[in-house]
Amino acid sequence: MAEVTLIDALTMAMAWELEHDPSVVVLGEDVGVNGGVFRATAGLQKKFGVDRVQDTPLAEGMIAGISIGMAAQGMRPIAEIQFMGFIYPTVDQIINHAGRMRNRTRGRLTCPMVLRAPFGGGIHAPEHHSESTEAMFAHMPGIRVVIPSSPTRAYGLLLAAIRDPDPVVFLEPKRIYRLNKQDVEDNGKALPMDVCYILREGSDITVVTWGAMTFETLKAVDQLARKGIRCEVIDLTTISPIDYETILESVQKTGRLVIVHEAARTCGVGAEIAAIVAEKGIYDLQGPIRRVTGYDVVMPLFRREMDYMPSVGKIIDVIQESLED
Amino acid sequence: METIADFEVQYSQFLDPEGKPSADIPALATDTEKLLDMYRLMTVTRVFDTKAINLQRTGKLGTYASCLGHEAAHVGIAAAMRPDDVLAPSYREYGAMLCRGVTMTEILLYWGGDERGSDYAGPRNDFPMCVPIATQCLHAAGAAMAFQLRGEDRCAVSINGDGGTSEGAFYEAMNIAGARKLPVVFMVVNNKWAISLPIEMQTASKTLAQKAVAAGIPGIQVDGNDIIAVRHWVERALERARNGEGACLIEAVTYRLSDHTTADDSSRYRKQEEVEAARTVEPLIRIRQYLMDLGVWDKKKETKLLNDAAAKVDAAVEKYLHTPKPDIESMFDHMYAQWPEQLEEQRQHAIRYGGTNGDSHG
Repeated sequence: MAEVTLIDALTMAMAWELEHDPSVVVLGEDVGVNGGVFRATAGLQKKFGVDRVQDTPLAEGMIAGISIGMAAQGMRPIAEIQFMGFIYPTVDQIINHAGRMRNRTRGRLTCPMVLRAPFGGGIHAPEHHSESTEAMFAHMPGIRVVIPSSPTRAYGLLLAAIRDPDPVVFLEPKRIYRLNKQDVEDNGKALPMDVCYILREGSDITVVTWGAMTFETLKAVDQLARKGIRCEVIDLTTISPIDYETILESVQKTGRLVIVHEAARTCGVGAEIAAIVAEKGIYDLQGPIRRVTGYDVVMPLFRREMDYMPSVGKIIDVIQESLED
Repeated sequence: METIADFEVQYSQFLDPEGKPSADIPALATDTEKLLDMYRLMTVTRVFDTKAINLQRTGKLGTYASCLGHEAAHVGIAAAMRPDDVLAPSYREYGAMLCRGVTMTEILLYWGGDERGSDYAGPRNDFPMCVPIATQCLHAAGAAMAFQLRGEDRCAVSINGDGGTSEGAFYEAMNIAGARKLPVVFMVVNNKWAISLPIEMQTASKTLAQKAVAAGIPGIQVDGNDIIAVRHWVERALERARNGEGACLIEAVTYRLSDHTTADDSSRYRKQEEVEAARTVEPLIRIRQYLMDLGVWDKKKETKLLNDAAAKVDAAVEKYLHTPKPDIESMFDHMYAQWPEQLEEQRQHAIRYGGTNGDSHG
């Protein structure tokens, strides 16, 4: 067992799968010799060779498109997009082909590929490097969207994503790439997708979050715990399809719901969660559903980026307001 | 200043519009069985195309993109391929698809609004028709990368039109194919019109073949109405690719004699005289004449071919028209290999309502 960071866990998962499945190929900009700008693929090319870990020309739409072509012909590509701000040229390929290939050929051709991208703010990055636009992919049928928030889940979920017979957009909260370490056993065991992970059990209020915001949320609920407030924290983890069951069960127990996400508010994934709880769990609610989110503005450059994002203080305030309802 | 890079673009034609050899004919042109097979398929394709338009006009088919005038380019491409190569077409290359073993019924099902039309019983690995322009060029490059990685003796071929050459995906695919020496052939069937935009407004490039230059791969232009030229050069390009020499771009110049689709009216944007002039150089005339001059084709054989083709097409149409609608739940059942239970409620909802209001929507 090794103490590893989230990004180390990703590298471990890719190495495991490269080792055990000859159809797995890692590709992207600077993923080979350089080992990735965040070093997610460090050492992989050296270990597995230039055919299995490929540096590609600089064109994100191309990276997605050739991954689809490879996947449809029996390979399992893991494509890295350097930052989410550069993911938009892939959208044509992802929405028009990756998500449709199985359905439109009635299962004749499939698309077992993973599109990895670091996302989110808080690392003082340049313009276009800090957005959280996971909701855009969640709106696309046929695509799974998965966001890990710990080294353990990063390892297990990336393995699950690579092995899944369908395309997975795997978004990595880069602010927490190296925030903490966990003991992760490199045993090739995948964790289930399509389900939420409960990070804290509690009976007073349900807080749903994902990605880097799990850290702010856990800090907030730990502070509230000292006041005797017991929050249930649910890491959504799979952004699409959403595991509504776990959320509804929790709300049934607590009667209150706060959703925390870094992405802009309007049409964020929080809106979908609120809608489903309103549809199916409204009689369990003792007060309005509340959201703590990024604002509906262009992500500020880094001098003000933390003011854009939900903070421990903002989360505590909203949870407390909710409890007063 | 000194010239540090230079290029030229070759043009090839073996049969002139009257069917007379215009250059030293390749071996292919003396293999009458091959030529007859291709001519028959071109004719069947045209009969099929005419029928499909009629089906659309009589409300029995959805919007349909005709291939009239492209028969030599399409059949020529696929005839040069091996069965285990992979084709990534756009959406009107029926001659190529039929040659690859896609059935007419499947093509009709696709345009008739049924996904089963892309579940080819024949070429299981070929990509389905691709409507988002030139995106399939990247799938061909990706397929070629898969073949290269596995050390397989296979090639990929993509086909797009002149409009597609303005898309980033077209260039991106050629670029990586050049950088990696991928076993892929990029076909541009230049039919001069991208819906209403003439080629002169699409690009200032004198040829589309020269778009290969920036990607570092060879590009040639051939007479797309001359099936001997198309097949010959695609065969050469595939041979090259199989030898590890990398990708090629081939521009086959032809003309879209039809509207863009049955939803289009090309009289709004182009002159009838231009279409009529193009009709005199269309691809069936010259290969038929060449075969007649060789003494292997005649009026009687032509009549029989047309009758056989009509019967074949009618049988395919019957099969299409008698294919029941897909099951309601089929829209869900092929979305994921591992069904997300959270979607089951929507699936049940569709099943419950599908039988009642499905028909009222047509």
